Amino acid sequence: MGSYISRRIALSIPLLAVISFLTFLLVNLSPLDPAEVVLQAQGVPMITDELLTQTKQELGLDRPFLIRYWHWALSCLQLDFGHSYVTGQPVWSQLGPAFLHTFKLTIVSAACMIFFSIVLGVICAWREGKLLDRSVRGISFFLTAIPSYWLGAMLVWLVAVKLDWLPTSGMESYRSYILPVMVLTISYASIYFRFVRSAMISNLNADYVLYARACGLPEKKVTVHLLRNSLQVAISVFCMAIPVLLGSTVVVENIFAWPGLGSLTVNAILSRDFPMIQAYVLVLAAAFVVFNALADVLQAAMNPKLRKDL
Amino acid sequence: MKMRLLTNLLQDKLAVLSLAVIGLILAAGAMAPVFAPHDPNAVNMDLRYAGASWHYLLGNDHLGRCILSRLIYGIRPSVLGVLAALFVSVALGAFLGLVAGYFKGKTDAVIMRVCDIMLSFPGYVMTLAIVGILGVGLGNILLAFMLLKWAWFARIIRASVLQAAEADYIKFARITGVPSITILLRHVVPVVSADIAVVASSSFGSMILQLSGFSFLGLGVQAPNAEWGMMLNEARDVMFSRPELMLAPGLAIVLTVSAVNFMSDALQTALDPTLSKTNRKFREQASLPVKLRGKEVA
Amino acid sequence: MHLLEVQHLHVTDRHTGSVLLRDSSFHVKQGSCLAIVGESGSGKSVTCKSIMRLHKAWIRQTGEIWFKGEELSALPERQMRKKRGKQLAMILQHGMRAFDPTCVIGVQIGETLKEHYGWSRAEIEANMSLAMMSVRLNNPVELMNKYPHQLSGGMLQRVMIALAFVLEPDLIIADEPTTALDTIAQFEVVEQLIALRERMNGAMILVSHDLGIVRRLADDIIVMKDGEIVERGSANVIFSAAQHAYTQRLVEANRALNGHFERLKGGGLGLVEH
Repeated sequence: MGSYISRRIALSIPLLAVISFLTFLLVNLSPLDPAEVVLQAQGVPMITDELLTQTKQELGLDRPFLIRYWHWALSCLQLDFGHSYVTGQPVWSQLGPAFLHTFKLTIVSAACMIFFSIVLGVICAWREGKLLDRSVRGISFFLTAIPSYWLGAMLVWLVAVKLDWLPTSGMESYRSYILPVMVLTISYASIYFRFVRSAMISNLNADYVLYARACGLPEKKVTVHLLRNSLQVAISVFCMAIPVLLGSTVVVENIFAWPGLGSLTVNAILSRDFPMIQAYVLVLAAAFVVFNALADVLQAAMNPKLRKDL
Repeated sequence: MKMRLLTNLLQDKLAVLSLAVIGLILAAGAMAPVFAPHDPNAVNMDLRYAGASWHYLLGNDHLGRCILSRLIYGIRPSVLGVLAALFVSVALGAFLGLVAGYFKGKTDAVIMRVCDIMLSFPGYVMTLAIVGILGVGLGNILLAFMLLKWAWFARIIRASVLQAAEADYIKFARITGVPSITILLRHVVPVVSADIAVVASSSFGSMILQLSGFSFLGLGVQAPNAEWGMMLNEARDVMFSRPELMLAPGLAIVLTVSAVNFMSDALQTALDPTLSKTNRKFREQASLPVKLRGKEVA
Repeated sequence: MHLLEVQHLHVTDRHTGSVLLRDSSFHVKQGSCLAIVGESGSGKSVTCKSIMRLHKAWIRQTGEIWFKGEELSALPERQMRKKRGKQLAMILQHGMRAFDPTCVIGVQIGETLKEHYGWSRAEIEANMSLAMMSVRLNNPVELMNKYPHQLSGGMLQRVMIALAFVLEPDLIIADEPTTALDTIAQFEVVEQLIALRERMNGAMILVSHDLGIVRRLADDIIVMKDGEIVERGSANVIFSAAQHAYTQRLVEANRALNGHFERLKGGGLGLVEH
């Protein structure tokens, strides 16, 4: 198992390198001159050629591409993502806290989403084809078609304004979590429970369940085997749900004025704050790679057959 | 096989209904000037927030513009634009998937490694990145879709080509020396195209959701152009005083995406008889994680 | 009185409305082996599952199943569960798929023995080891700590037989126990099934479409086709003077194949027997 983990980690390092390179490349593909963007962002009224060359030098933009990448990558490893074009502050001083806020929201939402997905998936699998199963699937079908920001807006209007129960914006107390977590849970559980359901159903039909029953094992014990097998497939999907949620809380944060990554990034995009965008992409891509590796490791821990394959 | 697919689909009433809804939406979008009762951008300050009337069936927005006309014109970026981007990325993915699956060996290895790298990027985040760097606007979002979605299609299509290429009649054609291109076009493409339809339709809905989400954030279509997400963005400013403005564009999205999803489901069910049970099981297990990855909610 | 008496067993699929088994009646005598022969989809496995009462919720079975003077279909589920494994043991076709792939095989075996005997870990290990040795599985403790994918199909099949040894059932239901195996493993499994019958003096239902194995094991035979019993009789009669055209074809095809096989093998079987 130990060797599996180290091999799996070794596998993700080159991937991170490629991702960081592509991220850096992307900014350099921009049709805009970064120096010009900086000057515009700082509100310099007259942009002269002289000023441009000076700024370029300050930013180190006159050096060759690969050297710039190397320096950037090295400093990124120390969480130094450069300075924001807009505020001039170090990127991490803004990105760090925002990431933490988004991460908290993500973890709480992921926990709720996973809980409901498993419960609904298991119930639907047990009642396959029955009214309950069909109605849950029918309702989830419509839920997946609802844009999460619209759902969020409707909830804000309904719960907070008409009924005046809960805070609708900001991140003040645990009560602030309720609405955004609800929106994310509804949007994602309606997709992910299907996965648990189909894994359960395919396991219900497996021979080992038949044999366990034929040996006279009580349903409780059979269910433990069933869950073990169904969830070991589902667990990797759920692991991957965390970075997916991290990335797509953007709209939900926007609706509920959550001071997280999403709000930060949308502002960065609108003001073309390249270092901020770069850092955002890199952090999330790293989260993707890390959780992907974690998913594989967890799955291998539960399924000995997979350990050989790497 | 095609005939049976068609008859299977037509027997499913819900599928026929969703097909009709989709057809109607596409037609209305394509011929927006014919369908729309008014100019979508015509400002009429006298009619600000006017309710529904015979003249303006869905009422007017904060600038007195006809909501129905804006909805109909909004089909163009929200649905037709996404469809075009989907078409390009599916075509690219199908081409690479066919090549990889059919020729195998080194070609396959190279294409699949590139796919792996593409798929290890979080799609939603990369779309944001591309928009951030190339600039805000509908065109850049669609471009991002095209650049990012193909890898996913390529991988699924490759898997189904691998399966199809194992069929005896294709092996036979290969042995008898029929040129690869002929085999590909005449025998592999028809079998695989059904799978392509399922894969494409299943991501169509989530792409519509994503595009409207970006527009809602102000990163997509810019004012004064009509787009569903954009309309919701505008309606949001007066959400508490005029919540009814959120209804029409929101329901339009829900209706369209539901129709597309139903259609995709029906297509999958209609295809089932042509697949053996074991194959289906394999496909389900193989494609589900990938599928979920494609389904990022906006 | 017979050990097992099945009367008017009728099984339907409520989802599709199709009839899986049509009004079939048969019996198994104490200490004898009944073979159910037929092509796939003829209702052989459905019959086995009906006796064990292990059908899916949407499969409906009617008719009476008398086992040692008790009507199984009338028993409450709890009592039926106590009979499964202990009195009615099943051996499945795919050894590879019969054990939970995420656990070592000892887990499932242990759970079963604990359920029926309430044994401690040491007792389970001791009894199971003896049984496994007797089906020629050496290093039983090591084997029990392996995952299903680390063993071969034939070995897992013999593990199931060993478990049956320990449970000492009155009736063993072997559903195509050799179909998924290669010739050598088939031979070993058949040997062990014979040994099992001799030691237990129990009855057996053997489902197979391999008439060679049926011939070696069965006392009585029923032939099924499309969910119906088309012929029944003692093994000798069926093999020498089959009445039904379908059975005749089956026997004929088997004989032709066997002749061909024997010639190819040229007495190679001796090799396997050590």
